[in-house]
Amino acid sequence: MSPISRGFHGRRREDAPGRVPPGQYVTRDFPVLSAGPTPHTALDRWTFSIEGGHEPKRWTWQEFQALPAETVTVDIHCVTRWSKLDTAWTGVSLDVLLEGVEHDAAYVLAVCDGGYTTNLPVADLTGGQAWVAFNYDGSPLRAEHGGPARLLVPHLYFWKSAKWVRALRLRDRDEPGFWENYGYHIYGDPWREQRYAGD
Amino acid sequence: MAGTAVRGRLTWQTATVGSVVSETARVRTLSLSVPDWAGHRAGQHVDVRLTAEDGYQAERAYSIASAPGEPLSITVERLDDGEVSPYLTDEARAGDQMEVRGPIGGYFVWDALDGGPLLLLAGGSGIVPLRSMLRHRERLGSTVPVRLLYSSRSWADVIYRSELDQPSDGVAVIHTLTRQQPPGWTGYARRVDQRMISEVAWPVDAGPGAGPGAGPLAYACGPTSFVETVASALVAFGYQTRRIRTERFGASGQ
Repeated sequence: MSPISRGFHGRRREDAPGRVPPGQYVTRDFPVLSAGPTPHTALDRWTFSIEGGHEPKRWTWQEFQALPAETVTVDIHCVTRWSKLDTAWTGVSLDVLLEGVEHDAAYVLAVCDGGYTTNLPVADLTGGQAWVAFNYDGSPLRAEHGGPARLLVPHLYFWKSAKWVRALRLRDRDEPGFWENYGYHIYGDPWREQRYAGD
Repeated sequence: MAGTAVRGRLTWQTATVGSVVSETARVRTLSLSVPDWAGHRAGQHVDVRLTAEDGYQAERAYSIASAPGEPLSITVERLDDGEVSPYLTDEARAGDQMEVRGPIGGYFVWDALDGGPLLLLAGGSGIVPLRSMLRHRERLGSTVPVRLLYSSRSWADVIYRSELDQPSDGVAVIHTLTRQQPPGWTGYARRVDQRMISEVAWPVDAGPGAGPGAGPLAYACGPTSFVETVASALVAFGYQTRRIRTERFGASGQ
């Protein structure tokens, strides 16, 4: 039973019911959270790879842009408690990227410029649930928000939507990434409030 | 990479407000008495949960202001359109209860064993976790040399001003006041930029040892634009990316 904080009334949630997970509040801003400096990779040196399948796959920026892209409007939820509704992204679905990649892996480790990593089940990347996004709100994704391209997995807390993503490494076992090693939840479902290990 | 200060499951614990100190017109420090507080490291944060009489709850994260070994305290800046911060800065008083969960975060932390020299870069209330590091250093009697560059709007907005006016040996505090300066001010009077960083930052080859994992260690905390500027400037100045740890708050202005 939580103690009452005397004199606290709070602001009742007027936001779209059913769209804001427990413990979250809606913001119109787009906050930035990163553990280190923002990397800047030139597009002519940028590649995206899927490693660990029977055949490695790799795209240059130009090749990546030639893939079928889609624009999706999704709600995003940061573990630091802000949620942002109706964000519009353009990117390539992981269904497209994983098509034709033969593998038996159940997990991936996303690997990024700057050394950031995060782990995800393959099952959370397929079936229209995840993209490698390069446009936000109709414009090229800004570097501080993960440009040139970031993972977009909106049904998990947003640290799983790795900024500056460059590769997915297919894995048999689930290995914790950067924040997961510092005590954040291995899976990160906002609707079950899986913020920290053990939640 | 070695892990985390999170021990098992983090549970909500009742916290009782002890002392309340006004740091500036918009900023207060609240000491929180938590009977089973497991301790924290310098630079970590804590989740705070408030409960209204009808059961409505709101949660936010705040940087820990006190040093490891000191009672838990948080320093909160009032956000005019905020839901939780105005309660903490305007309403909460000694004896009031809330809940906390933590400590949280294991990357933006400094232990004396991490060494230095240390470069601390604060924008506004971004000073809070860095103040925990400074107090930690002082309590341990550490001799790690420190330079703190602290950007505030005006002299009246400087948080922990009296504490920072009397730094311990080996700590240099450099202010920049971006909007308003007191009469006779001779310090920096602009937003941080590359030139300021090159004047204030430890040289890349300062400190013991050489090679990867050596050299100055930088912690930057503040609004996104501040952190983006200083982190990029440090990279351009030659700092290793892995020696620059950042914590940002606020929007990108997008």
